[in-house]
Amino acid sequence: MRRMFAALAKPFTETTGLARWMLVAGILITAVFVVCAIFAPWLAPYGFAQSSAHGVDFPKTGHPSSAHPFGTDRLFFDVLSRVIWGARTALEVVVLSILFCVVLGVPLGLLSGFYGGALDRVLVLIMDALYAFPTLLLAIVVSFLLTDVYGGSVIAVSVSLTVVYIPQYFRVVRNTTFSAKEATYIEAARAIGARDIRIMRKYLFGNVVHSVPVLGTLNAADAILTLAGLGFLGLGIQSTQAAEWGHDLQRALADAGSGVWWTGLYPGLAIVFLVTGLTLVGEGLNETLNPTLRRRRLLPVVMSQRERTTPVQEEQG
Amino acid sequence: MTRAGSGSLPRYILQRILLVIPMIWVILTLVFFLMRVAPGDPVSAALGGKLNPQALEQRREALGFNRPLLAQYWDYLSSVLHGDFGTTFSDNQPVLHVIRDNGGATLYLTMASFALALLIGIPLGLLAGRYRDSAPDAVIRLFGILTYAAPIFFVGFLLQFYVAEPLGLPTSGDASPITVFEVPTKTHILLLDAVLSGNGTAVQDVLKHLILPAFTLALLICGVFIRLVRVNMLQTMQTDYVEAAEARGLKRSSVTWRHGFRNALIPVITIVGLQFALLLGGAILTEQTFNWPGIGSKLLFYINNRDYGAVQGIVTFLAIAVVVVSVLIDVVNALIDPRVRY
Repeated sequence: MRRMFAALAKPFTETTGLARWMLVAGILITAVFVVCAIFAPWLAPYGFAQSSAHGVDFPKTGHPSSAHPFGTDRLFFDVLSRVIWGARTALEVVVLSILFCVVLGVPLGLLSGFYGGALDRVLVLIMDALYAFPTLLLAIVVSFLLTDVYGGSVIAVSVSLTVVYIPQYFRVVRNTTFSAKEATYIEAARAIGARDIRIMRKYLFGNVVHSVPVLGTLNAADAILTLAGLGFLGLGIQSTQAAEWGHDLQRALADAGSGVWWTGLYPGLAIVFLVTGLTLVGEGLNETLNPTLRRRRLLPVVMSQRERTTPVQEEQG
Repeated sequence: MTRAGSGSLPRYILQRILLVIPMIWVILTLVFFLMRVAPGDPVSAALGGKLNPQALEQRREALGFNRPLLAQYWDYLSSVLHGDFGTTFSDNQPVLHVIRDNGGATLYLTMASFALALLIGIPLGLLAGRYRDSAPDAVIRLFGILTYAAPIFFVGFLLQFYVAEPLGLPTSGDASPITVFEVPTKTHILLLDAVLSGNGTAVQDVLKHLILPAFTLALLICGVFIRLVRVNMLQTMQTDYVEAAEARGLKRSSVTWRHGFRNALIPVITIVGLQFALLLGGAILTEQTFNWPGIGSKLLFYINNRDYGAVQGIVTFLAIAVVVVSVLIDVVNALIDPRVRY
């Protein structure tokens, strides 16, 4: 337990000054959005597709007022409520797509790296081809193909994002497996008669998944942007199914000419803040975990009387 | 290293090109089967309701959809090899013509954004890397993160609202109707055509329309440049040769300039190549934000019409373009930096 906490606190204890502040700021911003996402029904004044309350219709593109602090949009929806509910949609989509990526990408990577041969070659070719595609273009194509099936739902968008990001998970796991399977402990496991399934499950899995959480954090920011991009192009989630910032901005763009700023400004700021928060966390982690960039804090060496005789190792500066 | 294995440029280029052929084949296969796994019949999806069942059946026959899947696949591969990307279903045009007519607008939009992004991004990235953890570093890094975090359409929205209106800049399309009417089409690149026609007001009009979309797209790309150039600069400043230069007592500024900046910039060419895909995605969003009549807008038009033929053709073309550009960049990189050639 203590070792786990120490590992979690590593990015804090090993950073100083600016790097630490950026990491803390990122975690705080992300936390605000996670709270919004979880408690959306209690935090939002209205539902995401609610156009009247207590028998009174909301105004169309109404100015910000005490009843609607962020105003209302052209579909009579309350903008503040949609911004808060939007956090939930974003979180749902990102978590779902990362889940799909892990559930599919990790086993495929394990199998591919472990068995090699024809299976490995085919999978690597497919994944490389997917990876060579421009991100947004691939997401657009998959959403286009899914419109008839799950069109406009959270699932459809999550699947599109999964197709975009799965090659990275596959690659990382496959390459680690490929080098790990030659290790002595695998040879030992084989020698005591362990079957392939058991070797993969008990010996390889734990050793190859450790890079997945970092990859997930780094991809989350990008996924939010792709989600919003799909929404903006009208290929994402429909406004009545869930609140989605990108789709709200598409409708807001038509308002820009008529002096209505509140329908676009708030959802846009929400995207900027959430992506910034996630990027700060990702960069903070990267600066501490990437050894070529790491700059350790100089710790004052306090020596007790007894230890004076032993040589002190210098920390890298 | 042996002589045969190292430093041979033609050999490297040949290797790189040979490796790209299977890649393109896999991409083509992927596109083809992706388009076929979708439920429903592409022809009736695009034309259903517009034609009677008999005419639909005729079109299906003419487009080869009644033939076995493998025969269709073979046709697709061989026609792409011959430079034929098929025809659109809804308005029955060769995809290549669609690309020719709309690609030019996308091309000069992306080129202009790219130039702007280099101009803004590289100096800021070098500055941030040189003065690590200082106030300029913090400000520039935050700027870099913000430009990456702000979606194109949000930046476009803000620019349209706060910049375009006060300055009287156009926010829609690539030129006013009069310019389109006056400038003869030669290269299908409006900016070039306007310059060739020698019509001063037309050039001005095209540039006016270009400025906001190009700046919006440039902001996205320059964020990436800042981040990557900064990291390169940090790594270069930690190398042994920089330390050695400092140890020899060279002035700080001359070490930074001659040993730091120059070497930190070499990997930027590789970065440039990698950004092409990002640029393409950004262009699709920028075009939609500013009603720019480029290939991205056209792709979305066909997507909304559920035109499988057009989508398949355009996507195939764009995917191949991305792969080919990345190879070209690699070759240029090998010409400049001998270390790449192994």
